[in-house]
Amino acid sequence: MTAPKTLYDKIWDAHVVDRSDDGTCLLYIDRHLVHEVTSPQAFEGLRMANRPVRAPGKTIAVPDHNVPTTADRVNGIENEESRIQVEALDKNAKDFGIVYYPVSDIRQGIVHIVGPEQGWTLPGMTVVCGDSHTATHGAFGALAHGIGTSEVEHVLATQTLIQTKSKNMKVEITGKLKPGVTAKDITLAVIGKTGTAGGTGHVIEYCGEAIRALSMEGRMTVCNMAIEGGARAGLIAPDETTFDYVKGRPHAPKGAAWEAAMAWWKTLYTDEGAHFDKVITLRGEDIEPVVTWGTSPEDVLPISAKVPAAGDFTGGKVGAAQRSLDYMGLTPGMKLTDIKIDAVFIGSCTNGRIEDLRAAAAVLKGRKIADGVRCMVVPGSGLVRAQAEEEGLAQIFIDAGAEWRMAGCSMCLAMNPDQLAPEERCASTSNRNFEGRQGYKGRTHLMSPAMAAAAAVTGHLTDVRELSAETV
Amino acid sequence: MDKFTTLTGIAAPMPLVNIDTDMIIPKLFLKTIQRSGLGKNLFDEMRYDRQGNEIPDFVLNKPQYRQAEIIVAGDNFGCGSSREHAPWALLDFGIRCVISTSFADIFYNNCFKNGILPVVLPPEAVNYLMDDAANGANARITVDLENQTVTASDGKSFGFDIDPFKKHCLMNGLDDIGLSLEKVSSIDAYEEKQKTQFPWL
Repeated sequence: MTAPKTLYDKIWDAHVVDRSDDGTCLLYIDRHLVHEVTSPQAFEGLRMANRPVRAPGKTIAVPDHNVPTTADRVNGIENEESRIQVEALDKNAKDFGIVYYPVSDIRQGIVHIVGPEQGWTLPGMTVVCGDSHTATHGAFGALAHGIGTSEVEHVLATQTLIQTKSKNMKVEITGKLKPGVTAKDITLAVIGKTGTAGGTGHVIEYCGEAIRALSMEGRMTVCNMAIEGGARAGLIAPDETTFDYVKGRPHAPKGAAWEAAMAWWKTLYTDEGAHFDKVITLRGEDIEPVVTWGTSPEDVLPISAKVPAAGDFTGGKVGAAQRSLDYMGLTPGMKLTDIKIDAVFIGSCTNGRIEDLRAAAAVLKGRKIADGVRCMVVPGSGLVRAQAEEEGLAQIFIDAGAEWRMAGCSMCLAMNPDQLAPEERCASTSNRNFEGRQGYKGRTHLMSPAMAAAAAVTGHLTDVRELSAETV
Repeated sequence: MDKFTTLTGIAAPMPLVNIDTDMIIPKLFLKTIQRSGLGKNLFDEMRYDRQGNEIPDFVLNKPQYRQAEIIVAGDNFGCGSSREHAPWALLDFGIRCVISTSFADIFYNNCFKNGILPVVLPPEAVNYLMDDAANGANARITVDLENQTVTASDGKSFGFDIDPFKKHCLMNGLDDIGLSLEKVSSIDAYEEKQKTQFPWL
């Protein structure tokens, strides 16, 4: 009998092309996603060495980081550098015969939303992209992680990666979430507990009743931020929720191929007794709606808490916390709910899917964005945008006074014109609150779509569960 | 890629923990389609004010650290995005080695593709080297990849671990893609097997 395996072990073993004596493996890559920022130098490298793309049919490209999210973008991108980068992707996709969704295509969007939406992401696959939030695809039980540009070139040329195996880490969320608590709160709460280096060198498998109860959208939100916990990848074993989501997608297998795929997919779970190097357990009932106060995703607190002091920390974190407090312009001891905001960003590969927009719209319905607050809603793809319009969500956003934008990464990393001004403070559904992330000297508080919508209504950080009493 | 064997140079102390890739190279500079030229924007928002003037107390702006080739940093250096622009910017500035208690995975791997050696040492060793680096240009730290040691200016030496394959590639300046393409028959065989085993892919 073979030793019990984790889900990660099973996917890893199924993709080893070659193993050296020192344990270094050549791992086969089933799906390679490409965007405009981290790929131009890789394609240039191929040209210089006169190498083709080995498997263009397994390679999907879409521009997302640089694209403006205003409707006039069809007339071209004004910023010259951004335009050159997007044009380079246009050309590279054409020259190398890669599947491509240009800005003009309704299927265009954030690469990590387009992949699953189109059925390019399937259980049991290896998926890579020159983007750290590739971890998102782990929600399908796919081994998915970000790579640098040299590795992008390596995958384009060989359809493989040189890898050493990571350790196994289990993150279990037991029980049920309380009302008003979402997948974003789970993933932030986990990072709050483990720290941003807690998962370094590991692949996380998320499991437990609260994870099982999540939709695919919620699972993608959880896995998306595995990287913020330092993990190489996050995984959730596929189940009926997964299969229902995948079935019928444009590039999902059909007929006999579907049956064959299902036979394997149903074996993709961690065997009883398999070894995990690290285990973290949280009770679902203990998780509150959370926000970040500082400039690291580990700076997580329940919305009911107060801003900490640097002295509350130890070691190197003392200096970092003081730097965060100064940068964020916060006073220790103030209630988080007293923090006033200038902007709200709803979108990103973390929270730019239809369910996220529904959650935000449910809060904003019949309400108005607070005076002086700018609220930007950016769907994750053109298809999410179309669906939100069909469901009437777009009208709710517009009626509330929010900006309803075109699809892209937008203010998550502010490479396009969607940026905070210095010292502007944003309630954001994105994934990073680093210094300058959403604009030079901009201040970011991470939270769920419902919490961001609640902040938009009141003009300050708000416990969404208390909103009704406050505004009606 | 340039080989890395031994390096003796000035080390800049950056004790801050969680120095992320947005700090190392802000997104504004990711719009390039080149690998070169990013050194002037390394740590841009920490290094310059809004008018583009140098902030004098930022470590790499101090006269004694302008020629630094090594950074001694706080825990979890390089966390955040996968942008290889981070090691490109470090390299273009002249940094060939970063020493910390831990690195984020993707950044760590990216370093090796660009001839930069990331060295992981225990907290006591990093603290010792951080103090040594604080002595400025008078303190030269020596990094010896072959013998896997870092030696402070007073001769105190610390051993470090490194993956043998990564060490081999860095010491010889090897191109990964060339190495992997030598195994093309294994890749062909895998793809053939996959057609039967996973016909939907």
